[in-house]
Amino acid sequence: MSRKLTTTAQACSGCRLCQLVCALGHFDENNVKKAALGIRGSFPAPGRYQVRVCVQCGTCAEVCPVEAITRRDGVWVLDRELCTACGACISACPWGVMFTHPGTPQPIKCDACGDCVPYCPREVLRIAEEAEE
Amino acid sequence: MSDLMGYGGRVLRVDLSRGSHSVEPLDREMASQYLGGRGFVARILYAEVPKGADPLGPENRLVMAAGPLSGSFLPCSGKLHLGARSPATGGYGDANIGGHLAMELKHAGYDVLILEGTAAEPCYLVVDDDLVAIRDARDLWGEGSFGTETRLKDLLGEDFQIATIGPAGEKLVKFACITHDFGRQAGRAGIATVMGAKRLKAVAIRGTRGFPVADPSAVLATGKTMFQTIFGLPGFREWTPYGTAGITDWVNQVGAFPTRNFQTGFFEDHAAIGGKAIRDRILVLDKGCFACPIPCGKYCRIEVDGEEVFVEGPEYETVAMVGGNCGLGQIEAVAHVNAVMDDLGMDTISGGNVVAFALECAERGIIKPSDTGGRRLCFGDLDSVLWLTRCIAAREGIGDLLAEGVKAAAARLGGGSDRFAVHVKGLEVSGYEPRHAPAMALAYMTCDVGGHHNRAWAITYDVAVGRDRVEGKAARVIELQHLRPLFDMLGVCRFPWVEVEFPPETYADIFPAVTGVKRSWADLLRCSERVWNLTRMFWVRHVPDFGRVWDLPPARWTEEAIASGPTQGKLLPPATVALLLDDYYRLRGWDRHGIPTPTKLKELGLDYTLTGAG
Ligand code: SF4
Ligand code: SF4
Repeated sequence: MSRKLTTTAQACSGCRLCQLVCALGHFDENNVKKAALGIRGSFPAPGRYQVRVCVQCGTCAEVCPVEAITRRDGVWVLDRELCTACGACISACPWGVMFTHPGTPQPIKCDACGDCVPYCPREVLRIAEEAEE
Repeated sequence: MSDLMGYGGRVLRVDLSRGSHSVEPLDREMASQYLGGRGFVARILYAEVPKGADPLGPENRLVMAAGPLSGSFLPCSGKLHLGARSPATGGYGDANIGGHLAMELKHAGYDVLILEGTAAEPCYLVVDDDLVAIRDARDLWGEGSFGTETRLKDLLGEDFQIATIGPAGEKLVKFACITHDFGRQAGRAGIATVMGAKRLKAVAIRGTRGFPVADPSAVLATGKTMFQTIFGLPGFREWTPYGTAGITDWVNQVGAFPTRNFQTGFFEDHAAIGGKAIRDRILVLDKGCFACPIPCGKYCRIEVDGEEVFVEGPEYETVAMVGGNCGLGQIEAVAHVNAVMDDLGMDTISGGNVVAFALECAERGIIKPSDTGGRRLCFGDLDSVLWLTRCIAAREGIGDLLAEGVKAAAARLGGGSDRFAVHVKGLEVSGYEPRHAPAMALAYMTCDVGGHHNRAWAITYDVAVGRDRVEGKAARVIELQHLRPLFDMLGVCRFPWVEVEFPPETYADIFPAVTGVKRSWADLLRCSERVWNLTRMFWVRHVPDFGRVWDLPPARWTEEAIASGPTQGKLLPPATVALLLDDYYRLRGWDRHGIPTPTKLKELGLDYTLTGAG
C-alpha cells in the first residue's frame, strides 16, 4: 500500500491553516514556516495559489547517505535523529518539497499523517491510499 | 525569544530621518492594559505624537501593531492594526488590514513597528527577522500598488509580505490607502498619506522565528474545536460564496444603500452589482486572509479594452460607494474603478464618496465645465468616475482640491456644497445611509476616526427593534463600540462572529492557551472601553475646539428627506440627534460637551490623560 497527501480539484484560498496544523502537530510550535507543505501565490495574474505537497516518490531516500529516510506503512518518513543535515535530499527532490527552516538543521518532510486534511476549509487536501502491484 | 507568551515580545522603531532603527522590549504593562493591535496603536500614538504635531510632518508616528492572537491557530487571526494622527481629520486615525502582515511581523519577533521621522528620499523598509534595512525606492516612486508588490516580491522573494502605497499616497491625497497581498487595504483615515509624507513607499516583512504560545497542544486542540464549530454553522456555506457584497440586496430593501451621493437609500440597479453578480460574472477565486476559513475576498477578472484586469473585490463597501453612490449599475464598471483605485492606492470608500460629491457639484453647476476642460460629468458614467479618480490621484486641476476630501473641498468650492458633503469629523461616510436608522447614525457620529461604520454596525439593530425608536440606541452603540474594536485589539477578524454567528466569547477561551493568562470576556471588553476613551482624549489633546459639534451628522441627513425608495421622506431630525448624543454621553460617563469626565478616566486607569502627559 502507498499513502500520500495530495490535492483535489478545489481552489486553495491561501489561508495556511494546513501549515499551522502541520507545524503545531510535528514541532509543537505555532509557526507556519516549519510546515511540510508550501503555499505559493501567483498574483495579480492568473490569481491562484499553488499547494506544494510531497508526492512520496522516494527520490530523497535514494540519495540519503545515512538511510535516514525509510518507508513505513507506505510512506517515506525522515528520521530526524539519524539525519546528518547534509542537504542531499533537498537538492535531489524533484518537486522542491523538502522544506528548510533556519531554526532546524534537518529538512522538514511530509509524513502523510493527514492531520491538515480536515482543517482545510476549501477541501483542497486529501490522503490518497493505493494498493501497490 | 520572548518569554511573554502570545507576543513577539519586541517593538521595532525606525527613524526615517536618521535612517536608523532600534529594538525595544514590549512593555508588559501595556500588554496587560491595552492587549495589542488597536490598543497598542492608541497608547503609543497618545504617548508619542506631540500635541498639535503636523500629521504630515516628521513628528507624526505611523504605528503598526499585531495582537496577542494574531498569527495563531484560531479562526481569522490575520489582522494588523495601523494608526497615526490622521491628515484627513486632524484627530485619531486608524485602519485595519488582513492578509498575512500581522503573522509575518510576529514571526519576525515584533508586535509593533513604529515609523517616525521623514526620509530625505523615497525609500522602502525591509524587515527580515533581525535584519532591518532602509533601501532606496526612487525607482519605485510613481509605481502602482500592484506593480510595486510584484517588483518587491521578485526582488526579495515571494515569501515576503508587502505593504505599499500607490501614487495617491505619494501625492498626499488625504484618503490614500495601503495595499497588501494584491487586494487587502488599510483604507481609512489617511494612514497611507502619512506613509507618503514619510517618503516610505513600502514595508517588506519576513519572519521565520514564530512566537511562543503558552500551551501549543491546547492551542491545537482548542483551535481545532473552534474551526469545527465554524464548519458546522450554516453561514459557513451560505455567507462565504458571496462575502461582504452578499448583503447588497438587503441594504437596498431597507432603504439604506447610499445612492448618488446619499441623495437616496435605494439603487435601482443594485442586483447587478451585488454578491451574486460578482460570483456569476467575474469571480476567479475565493481568496482569504491568514487562518481564515471563510474567505471573503472575491478575486475577480474583467476585460478592459481587450486586456485582462485583476482585482480583489469589489467588497460591499466598494459596491456601495463606487456602485450606488456614483450611480454605476454594472459590476464590471464597479470592478474597473476598484482596480484603478487600488492600483493608485486610494481608499474606495472615501474615493467613492468624494467622486460622488464632485459629480453632484457638477450637476448643480458648482463645478463648472471650465473646471473640467469642458467635460460633462454625471452620475452613472464610468468615464466621469475614472477621469475624476485619476485627476485626484495625480492632484491635477480640480483633482487637487478634491484630494483634500469633501469637507475641505466644500469649504473652497462654496455654493452650498457643504450641505451635501457627507462626512463626520472630516472623514467621508462609508456605505450606509442612516437617516432612518438612529443607531447607525449615532455610530457614524461617534466613531473615533470619523464617518466609519465598522466600530458599531448598528443598522441591523435599528431594523430589529424599530427604526423610529430612539431609546436604547445609544446603549447598543456603546456595547458595539467596545465589542467590535476588541477584535482589532486581539488581532483577529470580526466576520466569523458578525457574519457566521460564531460566538465571540470563544476567543476568551483560547486566550490562556496562547498567552498563559486567563482573562474573562468582560475584562477584555473593559480594555476596549479604556481604548475608546483614550482615542477620545487623543482628539481632545490635538483638536483645540473638540467637543459636541464634532459629533454632529452631515447636514444632508438632518435637512433633506431621502428622495426615493423604501425610506423615502425620512430624515434625521435635529431633536433626535440631540437626544441621541445626550443619551450617549451620559451612558459613557462623558460631560454634555462629549468630553470624558475625570471620574471616568480615573476609573479606566487613564489618569495620565488628565495632565496632558503622554
Ligand atoms: S488549508 Fe487548504 S485552503 Fe488553506 S492554504 Fe492549506 S490548502 Fe490552501
Ligand atoms: S472573513 Fe475576510 S477579512 Fe476576515 S479573515 Fe477571512 S478573508 Fe480576511
